[in-house]
Amino acid sequence: MSSFFLFVLVTLTVLMLIYLFRVVRGPSVFDRVLGLNGISTKAIVLLVVIGTVYERVDMFVDISTGYALLNLVGALAIAKFLEERGAPKK
Amino acid sequence: MTVLAIGLIVFGLFFLIVGSIGMLRLPNVFTRAHALSLTDSLGAILVLAGLAVYQGFTMNFLKITIVLVLVSLLNPIIAHATIRAAHRAGIRSSKEDTK
Repeated sequence: MSSFFLFVLVTLTVLMLIYLFRVVRGPSVFDRVLGLNGISTKAIVLLVVIGTVYERVDMFVDISTGYALLNLVGALAIAKFLEERGAPKK
Repeated sequence: MTVLAIGLIVFGLFFLIVGSIGMLRLPNVFTRAHALSLTDSLGAILVLAGLAVYQGFTMNFLKITIVLVLVSLLNPIIAHATIRAAHRAGIRSSKEDTK
């Protein structure tokens, strides 16, 4: 069962690398924001899986909740800023 | 119970992989947001549900359920806000913006 959770951890990390490619190469700034949103969703799941591996789910779930709320605030702030300002010219 | 948890986690990982392939290959920002918000939310919900079932019916089950509800509420909100900002900033889903 522990090896299965290690497989889940490695798969999530590879998926985060794919999203990181989109963040680095994204043509517009909104692609980068979407890629960061995908990475943080994977990180929320990844924290709960790490807590399951180390059998301390009660602690890691709190970290994961805080990460989800901070991600919401950051993404909404960036979206509102770009909505007022317009997309930056390349 | 363990078999059900493994099934849910593998099913959710399938959706996460499909979402990341869409993020990699689709042409413009609106189609990428479509791939991200739908499949990514469902995949994260399924993986978290599998982890909650693996814990059994304890306090940890309720805590992981709280994270599950938060992810299923916040992920569509973020995708919608980003796409609304993109539309108001003048990006359209036309041929010349697609690359």
